[in-house]
Amino acid sequence: MTAPVLSVSDLVVSAGPKFDIVRGVSFDIAPGEILGLVGESGCGKSMTSLAAMGLLPSGIRVSGGSIQLNGTDIIRLAPHQRVQRGCGRMAMVFQEPMTSLNPVLRIGEQIQEAVRVHDRAASPPARARELLDMVRIPDATHQLRAYPHELSGGMRQRVMIAIALACRPAVLIADEPTTALDVTVQRQVLGLIRELCDSLDMGVLFITHDLGVVAQLADRVAVMYAGGLVETGDVVPLFAAPRHPYTAGLMACLPDPNSDDPMLATIPGSAPRPNEIKQGCPFAPRCSRVDDICRRGAVPITFNDSGQAARCHFPLTCEAPE
Amino acid sequence: MFRYVIRRTGAAILTLVAASIVIFGFIHMIPGDPVYVMLGDGATPEQVAALRTRLGLDEPLVLQYLIWAGNALQGDLGQSVFFETPVTQVIADGAETSILLATMTMVWIVGFGIPVGVLAAIRQGRWIDQGLSGLAMLLASVPTFWVGLYLILIFAAGLGWFPSSGFPSIFDEGGLSNLRYLILPSIALAAPNAALILRLTRASMLDVAREDYVRTARAKGIKPYRVVTRHILRNALLAVVSAFGFTFAALISEAVVTETVFALPGVGRTVVQSILRRDYPVIQGVILVIVCLYLVINLLVDLSYRMLDPRVELE
Repeated sequence: MTAPVLSVSDLVVSAGPKFDIVRGVSFDIAPGEILGLVGESGCGKSMTSLAAMGLLPSGIRVSGGSIQLNGTDIIRLAPHQRVQRGCGRMAMVFQEPMTSLNPVLRIGEQIQEAVRVHDRAASPPARARELLDMVRIPDATHQLRAYPHELSGGMRQRVMIAIALACRPAVLIADEPTTALDVTVQRQVLGLIRELCDSLDMGVLFITHDLGVVAQLADRVAVMYAGGLVETGDVVPLFAAPRHPYTAGLMACLPDPNSDDPMLATIPGSAPRPNEIKQGCPFAPRCSRVDDICRRGAVPITFNDSGQAARCHFPLTCEAPE
Repeated sequence: MFRYVIRRTGAAILTLVAASIVIFGFIHMIPGDPVYVMLGDGATPEQVAALRTRLGLDEPLVLQYLIWAGNALQGDLGQSVFFETPVTQVIADGAETSILLATMTMVWIVGFGIPVGVLAAIRQGRWIDQGLSGLAMLLASVPTFWVGLYLILIFAAGLGWFPSSGFPSIFDEGGLSNLRYLILPSIALAAPNAALILRLTRASMLDVAREDYVRTARAKGIKPYRVVTRHILRNALLAVVSAFGFTFAALISEAVVTETVFALPGVGRTVVQSILRRDYPVIQGVILVIVCLYLVINLLVDLSYRMLDPRVELE
């Protein structure tokens, strides 16, 4: 395996004393690799990505761990401080393309602004046109003069990707970039991200709650539950045989077109709030395989032969998923 | 754009007509006969009748209105009953003071309210924000005349830095240095309005700072100062600009008080005195001119809005 371009280890993000919303998350991303970070709303995936970008909202801070971009520790640095130190090559695409662009500035100005910060050698207008071509926006010269409200959601998300690419990122973080889009547009944007990841050799952290999207797009998957990672592994073996009961439960919730049962499966109960997590496995109250040991002390990570990691005392084995 | 201006101007004219009817009607409902006020208690019925005829007060109200409106269209607002000069002349006499006072006041409002509002917003929750927000609350709640009186007490009577009243024209001896007569009045007049603009700027900045596109701007790695000026302030000003139309209306009514406190020979004080003298033509004329100004300023505010916010479609 090549050296990771982004390496997050034991990241802890807190919203107050004894209120950790991300608890010891670790993952690596290699160049040209897409890591899908999956989990329910509120499990801490967005906070993980904002912490990695240095964009945590006020009142929420990183209280432990490290984040390394190409070997440089960038933790607790805001994006402009990263630019000053010459390690700003990380960019982010957000969930809501409708509100993520400044409504009173032309598209061209918003792209050029990013070019000026990161790419002093380039001519901003020429580079902006080039970026629009890269994200497949037709008639770039004309579109650069458009205001955000004149573009569709899919087009705006492409513009967001163009802004992200303006800093020639080593790592692109995409936080549910297609959730707000139509299904057809969604496919185009996903295709575009895959293509750019391959052609630019970028690492991509792709955050979503949609297992279908992860299966299509990602190389590796990390499953998050209640602020911590419960399972990581390559996409194909993980989907074929999840080891953590939570991952298995999530997959069981996907509608099966061949099933006669009209009811969708659910996982009973709901995820704990950050202040409700005591010791032991946070999934224990909802788990069908729970035993006494699950409610005590830290849960070890176990690996199987294909390197699939799960934080569980009783991981499912190959034949197990029901 | 052109069609929008035409349509808005048309609407403004209709508003003006409606306003002129209201002005004319209300003034004539106020009790007190100007003829008696002018001639004093000892006037004979014959003298009263003669003056009535001369002023056209015998005619039916509708006809009086039509004559007045028709003349107003030609730039003739009638004769002042008290001064016995054209109303336009009376207004022109007070115009210099009022225009200079309004301009200086707007300079304080914009030059103080907006930058200080920005400062309070970017230091949200710190002592400087709390101090400034408290000051703004205080200034917005005390009446203009009270602020005026205290300014006179401290800076004119006490320290002697500024004159306490009156205003010789800047075309007279002293020239532009005569503007010092307007410093205290303009501060008194600006105080409550600058405080409102300050609070509005601060609130609007804080609102915009939470927008997704501000996070996008930060993600680009541009400097915090640029994020504030280019992304937050620009959008925050949209709300502030639309408040200027209302601020102007507030200024007009407060100017009446301020000009009285500082004994300034402005239009506002003329109105007050004309009301006491039942000088109908002057009251009507001044209010009509103010309505026109108000309509023009609001049109300008709307047009500038279009330039600041591309989402506003004018067609």
